[in-house]
Amino acid sequence: MPPSSRSAFQVPPVDAVALETRAADLATRSIKRGAKARGLELVVSMIDLTTLEGMDSPGKVRHLCSKAVRPLPRRADVPSCAAVCVYPDLVPVAVAATAGSGVQVASVATGFPAGRTDRRTKLREVTLAVRAGASEVDMVIDRGAFLCGREDRVFDEVRAVKEACGEAHLKVILETGELQTYDNIRRACRVAMLGGADFVKTSTGKVAPASTRPVVLLMLEAVRDYYLETGRTVGVKAAGGIRSAKDALRYLVLVNETCGDRWMTPEWFRFGASSLLNDVLMQLEKLRTGSYQRPTDFSRD
Amino acid sequence: MADLPKKTRGRRRPELTFGGAWDYAAAPEATDHVALASRHHLFIGGEFVRPRTRSYFATVNPATEQTLAEVAQAGARDVEVAVQAAKRALPGWRRLSGDDRARYLFRIARLLQERSREFAVLETLDNGKPIKETRDVDVPLAAQHFFYHAGWADKLGLLFPGEEVEPVGVVGQVIPWNFPLLMAAWKIAPALAAGNTVVLKPAETSPLTALRLCEVLQQAGLPPGVVNVITGDGATGHALVRHPELNKVAFTGSTAVGKEIQRAVAGRGVDLTLELGGKAAHLVFEDAALDQAVEGVVRGIFFNQGHVCCAGSRLLVQEGVHDEFVRKLQRRMARIRVGDPLDKNTDMGAIHSKEQLQRIRGLVASGVEEGAALHQSACELPRKGFWFAPSMFTNVSQTHRVAREEIFGPVLTVSTFRTPEEAVHKANDTSYGLSAGIWTDKGARILWLAERMRAGVVWNNTFNRFDAASPFGGFQESGFGREGGRQGMRAYVRLRSGLLPG
Repeated sequence: MPPSSRSAFQVPPVDAVALETRAADLATRSIKRGAKARGLELVVSMIDLTTLEGMDSPGKVRHLCSKAVRPLPRRADVPSCAAVCVYPDLVPVAVAATAGSGVQVASVATGFPAGRTDRRTKLREVTLAVRAGASEVDMVIDRGAFLCGREDRVFDEVRAVKEACGEAHLKVILETGELQTYDNIRRACRVAMLGGADFVKTSTGKVAPASTRPVVLLMLEAVRDYYLETGRTVGVKAAGGIRSAKDALRYLVLVNETCGDRWMTPEWFRFGASSLLNDVLMQLEKLRTGSYQRPTDFSRD
Repeated sequence: MADLPKKTRGRRRPELTFGGAWDYAAAPEATDHVALASRHHLFIGGEFVRPRTRSYFATVNPATEQTLAEVAQAGARDVEVAVQAAKRALPGWRRLSGDDRARYLFRIARLLQERSREFAVLETLDNGKPIKETRDVDVPLAAQHFFYHAGWADKLGLLFPGEEVEPVGVVGQVIPWNFPLLMAAWKIAPALAAGNTVVLKPAETSPLTALRLCEVLQQAGLPPGVVNVITGDGATGHALVRHPELNKVAFTGSTAVGKEIQRAVAGRGVDLTLELGGKAAHLVFEDAALDQAVEGVVRGIFFNQGHVCCAGSRLLVQEGVHDEFVRKLQRRMARIRVGDPLDKNTDMGAIHSKEQLQRIRGLVASGVEEGAALHQSACELPRKGFWFAPSMFTNVSQTHRVAREEIFGPVLTVSTFRTPEEAVHKANDTSYGLSAGIWTDKGARILWLAERMRAGVVWNNTFNRFDAASPFGGFQESGFGREGGRQGMRAYVRLRSGLLPG
């Protein structure tokens, strides 16, 4: 296949009605008792605890980090979150606050959230984040280019960013709410995976709709097929709009029944969320003690 | 620009594993809210009455082989009493205003919804199908049929413009065991909407929900005799359809019995509708949304353990995607959760009866013998009860028995086609004609194919979807007459052109 061929980006079509039916069907799984506790602990360990606000401060990031390291200080058996996710300028703060904990520091980059800046600026931002100690980079794709049919530009950019990442893991944010059709989303997954993405990620959290279950199901099918085709594992990150433990468990069911064991770890599946963690902790405590704690028993970030 | 990724070849093909990282705990639906009498009588003239035969038989839970209850065996005398009750109720019922009949139907629908959990559990116990399906499909659809037909009751004049309609009269209805409550609703709702009265015989192996429906009819205050339910084996049905005072017979079940009924009512001026077997073709084209088509095929054949007359049992895949599609299907089949039908996470329940299990086993053995390749999902099956793993035959020829005979179980056959013409040819190469499915991304092709498929229902990029407003019924040996929609009402009225009702 000549390298310039667009057919490399071809994907099977997606039937919207049937995709949504399947996602709704899997949402009826009943998760009880031991399975619920195990599921919720997995969810905690998969969370990229996120703060991406203009008013973020070093203090807020330090607080977020201590929460990610020990989500429930009185319960040592509750696992740490997977990562904290911040803007590039706060990476050094996060790196210092998570040192030695195993919690990763992820930085958004490439002109997050719109990506509307030139390639050199984007790459420089990536380099800065990585130099500051980010072990994961969450880039955004150029939706303008993608939507006008220039998947090749998106591909080139992902490849360039991947190179700039060096050892750092690259998550590619598709911003599925702007791509709008399932066919676009499936093709964007393909472009990102071919470009070297370690993860495909739904959303920035700045555009509605953010993550939806049909979209994540579709992305899971894409990474599953890519793994079966090439042997390379690509992770999926569902980001934005996931606020309840119940909702998170439904996502986990999608992973469990679409991709299976290999993806059921923080290494290959993540939730990008901020308020989700407290609801999961509250449900975990409910399972342990039999009654709900007050919301104020859990620190806010 | 992008190179195509290197395919992995040879030694270690990547494969997926499931269930090792997280398995679901048992989530059984409670059954204690479903009180079940040890003996059930007949429902005649608005009351539960003992059978003249004084004999009862057991109905068992197919998932455990435990007896659930005893049910009355109606004999010829009971049939007579039931038909007379329906006959007596007819003048009053047909004279009621449509608006009044609609009130009863609406009431029945609402009561079914209110008692939906009870009906779902009872259906699962008696039939073996998973609670997920009784809860999300059988019971809601049954209620929908009553709601929908309540709407027709006061609009009969709009059914066939220019023609007056009147009820057919006393209707004998015999229904199968695969959707016991739903089939009762399909039969009773349009009959009552049009002003007919009914004698219904449920299948002998799954009579409990139809009998429970009689409680709902009582609760709704339905006048006595408008609906009578008599239970029993084939002999009861035999006597019912031959009763000389029936004006119409409606039957859903096997083609063999359907033919026998057709002979029995021939020349008697009795209206007849038959909804019989099927061997539906399910076509998957190269350009289809393959992951969703896999779901459609799974829904098509493994829904209700494949005990579905319109099941998509013959998969025809375009040659270029055959291998990929079969691999996807195999992986997906391995994910089907087979087991306790009361568990809310069970996807496929028990085979309905020992007889049916034997029939499935026999046909599957013939497939292996005739040279088709059998693939079965490696699920663990319970020791008690009647079970059969989700199964698929590849390398199937059109002449194999498994490709021609209705298996009525979770067994899919797969063969290939190259062109749309060949697809149509193979799809229509059957004596049945109930349903068909098409998966392609090309709209024009869907229309081209649907026009040429000899099947009463053609599903496009979906399968096994039902709606009270959509007529359902077959061609050829799948029967005649439609159920649901305006067309379904046709079977329960007689037309009087140019006459005014007087």
